[in-house]
Amino acid sequence: MTAAIELMDVRKNFGLAEIIRGVDLRIERAERHAIIGPNGAGKSTLFNLITGKYGLTGGTIKLHGEDVGGLKPFEISRRGLSRSFQITNIFANMTVFENLRCGLLWSMGYKYSFWTLVDRQSRLTERAEELLEQINLGDRRDTIAGVLTYAEQRALEIGITIAGGADVIMLDEPTAGMSHSETAAMVQLIRKVTEGKTLVMVEHDMGVIFDVADRISVLVYGEIIESDTPEVVRASAKVKEAYLGSSLDEADA
Amino acid sequence: MTAIKSTDRAAAATSGSAVLKRFAPWIIAALFLLFLPVIFASGSALTIMNQMAITIVFALAYNMLLGQGGMLSFGHAVYMGLGGFFCVHLMNMVAAEEWFLPIPLLPLFGGIFGLAFAMVIGFFSTRRAGTVFAMISLGIGELIAACSIIIVVFFGGEEGISGDRTMGPEIFGLDFGSQIEVYYLTAAWLLVSAAAMYFYSRTPIGRLANAVRDNEERAEFLGYSQRYVRLISFCASGFFAGIAGGLFAINFEILTEENLNLVTSGTILLITFLGGVGFFIGPIIGAIFFTLLQTVLSLYTEIWQLYVGALFVLTVMFFPGGMSGLLFMHVRPYQLGKLNILFLPYLKTFLPATAAILGGVGFLEIAFHAKNASVGDQMMTLFWLTFDSHGLIPWLVCVLLAIVGGYLACRMAPLLRDAWDEANSLVAN
Ligand SMILES: Nc1ncnc2c1ncn2[C@@H]1O[C@H](COP(=O)(O)OP(=O)(O)O)[C@@H](O)[C@H]1O
Ligand SMILES: [Mg+2]
Repeated sequence: MTAAIELMDVRKNFGLAEIIRGVDLRIERAERHAIIGPNGAGKSTLFNLITGKYGLTGGTIKLHGEDVGGLKPFEISRRGLSRSFQITNIFANMTVFENLRCGLLWSMGYKYSFWTLVDRQSRLTERAEELLEQINLGDRRDTIAGVLTYAEQRALEIGITIAGGADVIMLDEPTAGMSHSETAAMVQLIRKVTEGKTLVMVEHDMGVIFDVADRISVLVYGEIIESDTPEVVRASAKVKEAYLGSSLDEADA
Repeated sequence: MTAIKSTDRAAAATSGSAVLKRFAPWIIAALFLLFLPVIFASGSALTIMNQMAITIVFALAYNMLLGQGGMLSFGHAVYMGLGGFFCVHLMNMVAAEEWFLPIPLLPLFGGIFGLAFAMVIGFFSTRRAGTVFAMISLGIGELIAACSIIIVVFFGGEEGISGDRTMGPEIFGLDFGSQIEVYYLTAAWLLVSAAAMYFYSRTPIGRLANAVRDNEERAEFLGYSQRYVRLISFCASGFFAGIAGGLFAINFEILTEENLNLVTSGTILLITFLGGVGFFIGPIIGAIFFTLLQTVLSLYTEIWQLYVGALFVLTVMFFPGGMSGLLFMHVRPYQLGKLNILFLPYLKTFLPATAAILGGVGFLEIAFHAKNASVGDQMMTLFWLTFDSHGLIPWLVCVLLAIVGGYLACRMAPLLRDAWDEANSLVAN
C-alpha cells in the first residue's frame, strides 16, 4: 500500500541557511504521527514544504504516491491534504458559520460558481451546522471570528481544516498557549474529528503526544534523528542526548 | 438537533413569505424608482437622478473590488470609460444603419467590453493584491488616459466622441428623445445591475472574494487559487463598470478623456469609501450623497470640492466604515432598546460641533471671497447674511465660532463615548 505522505531527502534552504537538511519520512494511511523537536528545528518549515507554501530546495514529496513537489497550496489541498496553522489563520471579518462554509465549498463541488446562491444550498448549510456542533461553537454561529476567545479561534481553526473532508490532516501546534482544561478539550476534539484519517501533528505537550500518537518523529536542526513508536522514542538514548531527556521524564511522572 | 434546525431553515427558505421577504427590498426599490419622477419631475431633477443612477452602478461595481475583494484600484474609470466609448461607437454604427441594435441593450455591450478589457488587464494585475495591484491599476489608468489623446480613431482626441441615442430603431414607440424615457431606461438598468451584484455577493465566488480579502493564504489551503478568485471578481467588476459606461453614453451622448482619467478613478474611490465599503448599501449612499454635493452644493459654493476632500479625510480617520458603517453601528443599541440613551449626548456634541463647522466654513468662504471676488466687490452673502468680506467682524465671528464650538464639542465627546459604551452594553440600565 502507498503511504499517505512520503518524503525523500527533502531539503530547504533560506538563503545560505540550511533549515531542512535531508528529511526522509514515511507516514502510513490512518496513522497518527507526531513531530517533535526544539524551537527552530524546522517543524513548521517542514509543514510548509509538504503543503506547498514553500518551494523545495531538493528532494521529493509524495502524497498518496503522487509527486506533489512544486504544486501550489490549493492544488495540494484539492488532492486531499488539509492543514492548520501555528498562528491562528482564520477569516477574521467573517462569521464563524461563514468561515466553516468557506472550508466546505471546494469539496462540495461549488468551485468558482457565480450562479448558485450559498444561502439556498440546504446541504451546504446542513454540513456547516454539523461542523459547528462538532467543534462546539454552536452558540457562536453568527459571531465575527475575529472576536472569539483564543481557544475558540483555535477550535475554529481545526473546524476549517477538517471542513473539506481531507483524509490527511496536518495540525501545527494545536494546543499551543492553551490552559490545561482547554488542552484536554482540544485533544478530545482532535480525536473526534480525525477519526480514521491520517493525522500529522506538531506538538510540544508530551502528555498530548503520548496520548494521541502512534508514531513520533524527532526533528533536530532540520534532520530527523528518530522516528518510531512512543515507547522506542522514549527509550532512545540518541533522542535523550539531543533534546528530550527531562521532558520525557516529566511525562512519565 | 442540528438536523432539525437546518431542515427548518431550508423549509423556511422555500415558503412563500420567505420568498417575499427576500425580494421585498427589491420590490420597494422598484416602486421607489417608478414613482420618483412623479415627485421630482423637472428636467434638472431627472438629470441629477440619472447621474446618480449611473454613479451608483459604478460605485457598486467598484466596491466589488474594494469592499468585497480587498483590491484598491486607482484606475477603475478605465473600465467604465472604455465601455462608454465602445457604446458611443455602437450608437453611431446603429445610427448609420450598419448594425441593428435596440438602444436599451447598449449597456449590456458596454459591460461585455468592460469585461473583456478587465480579463486582459486582470490576467496579470490580479496576481498579487495590495500595493502591487494598486500600482498596476494606477499605471493602466494613466496609460489608457494617455492613449485617449493618441488613438484618435477610437477616443476622438481632445474633444472626445459623441453620438445620438435617438437614431436607433424605435422600440414600442420609444426613441429616447425625452428625458423621462432615458430615466426609466437608466433606472431599469440600475435595478437589474444592483440586484445582480447583490446576488453575486451571495454566490460561492462572492463569498470567496471576502475570504481572499480577509486571508488570501488560508483560502489557498482550502482549495482556492487566490489569483483566480481575484481575477473573477475583477472581471465581474469590470463588467458592471462597463454597464455604467454604457448608461453614461446613453445619457450624455459624449465621452471624453475625462471619463478615463485618474480624477474620475479617484472620485469613485472617494464616493465608495464615503458611503462605506463594508455594506452593500454603502456605495449607493455614497453615490447619492456625492451627486447631491456635486450638483446642489456646487451651486452655492465654488470650493465644494474642498469640503468633500475634508469630509473624505475625516471619514478615513474617524469613521473608516463610512456613512453606512455609521448607520449600522446603531443597529445594536436599537436592538437593545437603548437608542434613547444616545439622544442627549448626540445633541450636546453635535450642536457645538455644527457651530464649529459653520465657523470653519464661514472662514473659508470669506477668505475665498476676499481673495477671488472682482476688485471693488466686497459684499458677500453667506447663510442669508450679507456683509463686507474685507471687514474684521465677520472674520472674528467665524474664528470665535470655530474655537468655542470646537472646544465645547471636544469637552462633550467623552460624554458621548460613555453613552455609546452604555448603549452597546448588555447590562440593563
Ligand atoms: N520564510 C523564512 N525565511 C527565512 N527563514 C525562515 C523562514 N521560515 C522559517 N525560517 C527559519 O527556519 C528555522 C525553523 O523555523 P520553524 O520551521 O518555524 O521552526 P519550528 O516550527 O520547528 O519552531 C528558524 O530558524 C527560522 O528562523
Ligand atoms: Mg513552528
